[in-house]
Amino acid sequence: MILNAASAHHPDPAWRGRITAALVALFLLWPMLIASEFKPWTLLDAQSLGSTWHFLSGFFPPAHSREFLLLMLEATWQTISIATAGLTLALLGAIPLTLLATKSLSVSLLESGRMRLAGAVIRQGARWLLVLLRSVPELVWALLLVRIVGLGPTAGVLAIALTYIGMLGKVYAEILESSEAHATQSLLKNGSGRLAALFYGALPASAAELVSYTTFRWECAIRGSVVMGFVGAGGIGQRMDESMKMLAGDEVFTMLIIFVLLVACADLVSTFLRKRLA
Amino acid sequence: MSFVLRGISVRHGSAERSDTLCALVDVNLSIAQGEQVALIGPSGAGKTTLLHTLACAHRAESGEFSVFGVEPWALSHAERHALRARLFLAPQTPPLPPRQRVVTAVLAGCLPQWSFWQAIASLIRPSDPDAAYDALACFNLQDKLYARVDRLSGGERQRCGMARLLVSKADAFLVDEPLSALDPTLSLQTLDVLQQEATSRNATLVCSLHQVELALGNFPRIVGLREGRVVFDAPRAEVTEAMIAALYRNTQQTEQSDLVAAQPDEHIAPQF
Amino acid sequence: MVEPATIALLAGLLALVVASFYSLTIQWAELFTANAVRSSLEFLRGFAPPELAWPFLVKIAEGTLETLSMSALGTGIAFVVGLGLALPDSGRFGAVARALIRLVLNGLRSIPELVWAVILLIAAGLGPFAGTLALAVHTTGVLGRLFADALENLPPAPETTLRINGASPMAAFFYAALPQILPQLMSYTLYRWENNIRAAAILGVVGAGGLGQMLKYHLSLFQMQQAASVIIAMLLMITVVDGTSFWLRRRLTCN
Repeated sequence: MILNAASAHHPDPAWRGRITAALVALFLLWPMLIASEFKPWTLLDAQSLGSTWHFLSGFFPPAHSREFLLLMLEATWQTISIATAGLTLALLGAIPLTLLATKSLSVSLLESGRMRLAGAVIRQGARWLLVLLRSVPELVWALLLVRIVGLGPTAGVLAIALTYIGMLGKVYAEILESSEAHATQSLLKNGSGRLAALFYGALPASAAELVSYTTFRWECAIRGSVVMGFVGAGGIGQRMDESMKMLAGDEVFTMLIIFVLLVACADLVSTFLRKRLA
Repeated sequence: MSFVLRGISVRHGSAERSDTLCALVDVNLSIAQGEQVALIGPSGAGKTTLLHTLACAHRAESGEFSVFGVEPWALSHAERHALRARLFLAPQTPPLPPRQRVVTAVLAGCLPQWSFWQAIASLIRPSDPDAAYDALACFNLQDKLYARVDRLSGGERQRCGMARLLVSKADAFLVDEPLSALDPTLSLQTLDVLQQEATSRNATLVCSLHQVELALGNFPRIVGLREGRVVFDAPRAEVTEAMIAALYRNTQQTEQSDLVAAQPDEHIAPQF
Repeated sequence: MVEPATIALLAGLLALVVASFYSLTIQWAELFTANAVRSSLEFLRGFAPPELAWPFLVKIAEGTLETLSMSALGTGIAFVVGLGLALPDSGRFGAVARALIRLVLNGLRSIPELVWAVILLIAAGLGPFAGTLALAVHTTGVLGRLFADALENLPPAPETTLRINGASPMAAFFYAALPQILPQLMSYTLYRWENNIRAAAILGVVGAGGLGQMLKYHLSLFQMQQAASVIIAMLLMITVVDGTSFWLRRRLTCN
């Protein structure tokens, strides 16, 4: 009945396009399904079901011995401190790079209407550095750093610091540039230095946004520091990796619970901070 | 009988609101199958509320109400919903999704008759574009069949809502201010199409109107509402200038303020 | 002026930072000794030049295709399932279903892709399928919540009108609610896809396929030149996907 409508007096002009789009989608989907070895039925074969069941049945009761919980407490603190320390280092690195990369803080642009060549080169260089730092995923930084500084939290801290310098630097520069340029520009015009212009011009106008973005990134850093534990950068992720290798379901379950709680708490704290400081 | 209302009272929202303004108070009304009735009255008189009550969109506080001889609120949820398929309520500003195509928006009038999968199939490919075309042609909108709703003007959108009414299989049309966005010539044409359609399928037509002259000129029966009460309910021959004057006394004839007229409706939560 | 509470808060933050650095005992000295700097430089020098032999490039292309497929399929599955779960999560099937689904979505969302991948490896075995599932599971949590919010903030009139006229709730959803929010849903999904391509690139580190698996493999054999090529491929792929998604999103919002 629906096919009969094809001979209708008022054919749908979009129909051909839809058919084409559907065919193209199928044409693209097929190699994707092959490349990703998409075989859902393997989930249901006896062996896979058996091992899943075996693992899941170990979940109850979750591990709750005193020593284990103490160990978890330590690992959780390590995760939080990796994130905090990493973000602090990232701030220390991002602020000077932001100053270099922000166009509205350029003195030469103001004087002659265009930037001096050296200034432009440095600015562009700072931007490229920021792009490079944030494009490499934090886990890849961690993998590399583990090979340089060895296993342990140092690699995690540095990995977070490097990635987040790139992210913070980019977004800070965007926020500062989109904030009202007028105050900054008039300060610069009256001969004040770049830093003074920043502190009295751009910063007050966009402080709330900067704080809010930084706390959001802290939340992300906590997730990131869990994940990096899986490549040996310390914290609760590393403990989880060990427990997974031993297929200790009860420990994994406890850690998952801790993890969900940790993320929820970080969410609460960062919302609170944003309200309080912004 | 299409509709029988005995002592119907409707109140909205919170008690603090000026509820006398938009309530219905003790309304008695009987409308026979195939009858054509115009509802007139000042803004906020309860015309929209009455139409919603007739459409079983919300339940009256008190009183007896029956549609096609059954009491909708005594029925089960599913039976009542099936009953709604026989009623068609066209709101004043038809709320059509802006990015939808006109053909789909019109064919949505067939949804009560369609199975779920038929409905989905018609989203992918309109299952009956000819019906939508014919319905739109009644309002000179056939060129817009495959246009997007947000490309239509306000008046075109309103007639698009009427076209949805034409493709529906309803036995009663409840139309709220169908002419508010139309110029006088189009108003007459549109009203004409509605009335012819109602006559040809012996459907009941209840239509609220701001334009008293159009109501008196085209509808055999006129119901005047004011402050939620039926002030008069008479054949048009018996409606006098004095009755009209009394109906609109101390109120602004608000053809221009359609927004105000639409407002009382906003705090009615529909019941399903 | 600054309130005392804010000062206390800032002091607390400072204490958190100090405590973090204190408890981590980072060996700064070792990082910056001449020896350490030399060995890091040597390590970095090992990356150049990146391996560009043809057979290896083919392998990288395969890995890239695998990563792209994982991210696209994972995002696609999450779109469908997320939309399905957003219906109860926006309160369309009662308050109980809503609370329950919200709990589930929060759980899915707060566990990152990599952790899901580690867990799903048990059921799905090593390889990209586990990665695809992991992306789908996490993204379902994210998108489900976003979709539910979009549904709740929708003007309800088009849908109620259809329902008053006798359409079934699901039909009314597809004819009135969905067309209104679809562009927004697509833009959320594309945004998540950008995110997922980054996640897909690294999931292989735990054995869930794609470029990450190659990276882990070559790094563990200290084949730095190969690792460098893989990292460059990742960066290129991420850039291309970002560009495509930006272009698609602009097209969506423009018309």
